[in-house]
Amino acid sequence: MKQLFSFVKKEFYQVFRDPKSLVMLFGMPIIQIVLFGFALTNEIKNANIAVVDNAKDLASQQIINKIVGSKFFSVQKNLVSSSQIDAAFKEGKIKLAVVFPANFNADLLHLNKTSMQVIADASDPNTSLTLSSYIAAIVADYQTQFSVGKSIPYSIKPEVRMLFNPDLRGAPNFVPGVMAMVLLLVCVMMTSVSIVREKEMGTMEILLVSPVKPLMVIVAKAIPYLVLSLINLAAILLLSVYALELPIKGSVLLLVGESTLLIITALSLGLLVSTVTSSQQAAMFISFIGMMLPTLLLSGYMFPIENMPVALQVISNIVPAKWYYIIVKAVMLKGLGIASIWKETLILAGMTVFFLVVALRKFKIRLE
Amino acid sequence: METVIKTNKLTKRFADFVAVDEISFDVHKGEIFGFLGANGAGKTTAMRMLCGLSVPTSGEATVAGFDVFTQPEEIKKNIGYMSQKFSLYEDLTVLENIQFYGGIYGLTNREIKEKSAELTEKLGLQKEAKKLVRSLPLGWKQKLSFLVAIVHQPKIVFLDEPTGGVDPSMRREFWDLIYDAADKGITIFVTTHYLDEAEYCNRVTIMVDGKIEALDSPSGLREKFGVQKIDEVFYQLARKAKRSGD
Repeated sequence: MKQLFSFVKKEFYQVFRDPKSLVMLFGMPIIQIVLFGFALTNEIKNANIAVVDNAKDLASQQIINKIVGSKFFSVQKNLVSSSQIDAAFKEGKIKLAVVFPANFNADLLHLNKTSMQVIADASDPNTSLTLSSYIAAIVADYQTQFSVGKSIPYSIKPEVRMLFNPDLRGAPNFVPGVMAMVLLLVCVMMTSVSIVREKEMGTMEILLVSPVKPLMVIVAKAIPYLVLSLINLAAILLLSVYALELPIKGSVLLLVGESTLLIITALSLGLLVSTVTSSQQAAMFISFIGMMLPTLLLSGYMFPIENMPVALQVISNIVPAKWYYIIVKAVMLKGLGIASIWKETLILAGMTVFFLVVALRKFKIRLE
Repeated sequence: METVIKTNKLTKRFADFVAVDEISFDVHKGEIFGFLGANGAGKTTAMRMLCGLSVPTSGEATVAGFDVFTQPEEIKKNIGYMSQKFSLYEDLTVLENIQFYGGIYGLTNREIKEKSAELTEKLGLQKEAKKLVRSLPLGWKQKLSFLVAIVHQPKIVFLDEPTGGVDPSMRREFWDLIYDAADKGITIFVTTHYLDEAEYCNRVTIMVDGKIEALDSPSGLREKFGVQKIDEVFYQLARKAKRSGD
């Protein structure tokens, strides 16, 4: 214990004497929130949607046919009732639902106007906006066709409801993304450099000759970054709750717990990089290319995963940020509990154990 | 006389290169045992095998009574080591370095405190105790590095070219510290390529091309080779070397 304590203390001293890493640690979240706060537009193909047809008449069928025929949507046929749709939204199985009221066609013919409901999952505001505007366009198109050759104007009004994020603010979408990015990048990069630095400085030899165990070196190196990352996490959450006015809908405790898990995943990955590389540059490079790009591109945060080629969709499964992003969105924006994210949690935990075991096995206790 | 290091035909091969070729010797307790050789003669490799940093290819060796193949962890508790590269943390202060090394060798807080006071006083570094090691001159760093290497009172301390790049007067002071430690019963195993330093050792080994070519006290070597200075012994032996230094 005494050994570990001395070691951790030394690591803390070294972290605090390295202003560059501190800037990276605390400057990054702020810069990221500013930079990535701007919404990105993106086209969506084959989004999963549900259609509830309470009318089952000519007009509703014709509109449904148009929706089914478009390349943007993939209608989930098994979802037919409103309660099923609620559940599907919470589980993230569908992005949008269209509900036709009874008497849809009759109202249109007799009252000259009717309405339908469009419900979108706005926890991803870009996607929900794009999708609901596609629906509106399809309906408008049908309305024009229907009115051709008729003297009275007919109108079909899609009433759009945004679930989870009614104001369609971008913040709910990018805060979980920034959290994933920052925690991963910072932890992986910082820790990856820390063991390599001992190798470069020649102090590793001294550690190897001393009675300290590899596990202790690894744990001692990880602890300061774990503490700093938790502070970082607190800063991001406070910033998003008070500055961006984004409430945390689910349990804060669960959110912090899940984030701690991600931090540990990232730390183990960093340590792994550190044990297999021999220069600080190489470690930085590997963690930057190996983390930054996949986290940005394959976590689902910037580009929807469902639009990617199958190969990339498969690869995205090994990106820790993808799972964390799903978790944070579920807890923060939808207010869901552990019951709906245990699978993702388990995947992250599995990755952590894997990285740690490999890092320990790769830790060379001899010089060659 | 108690034997603290014993090797028998200890060998290290890297692919087809024999870095250390069947060396056998004994080191006695409290002795200053010098390892001389040109660069590339195999001194550092031999030392690393004894410290548990490198696994020998063949042969036998015990350090502090423990086997280098099977009990490296026990050996580590009983030795100190100062590497060729400067081995303190430059971004820690003098005191923090002492605290760290004391801590990882399991010294109590009280022992660390006493040691810190003793070491800084011995080096006259009281004023610099809270300065970063980076800011100290090389000679001071080396001396501090040595004292830190024996902060846990090891049975044996291994010094790998400890005085490299240090000026002669500093080297003299460094050797005073070595004598001090030897007087306290710590066995000193030191490699060097400064031939004058050989005279400071109780016994000297001269390595050429991975083999031990001579092993005796400095006076014994001079007599045996009929020369005035160790230098000449070394040149006679080194002339036979086929390997060039790196």
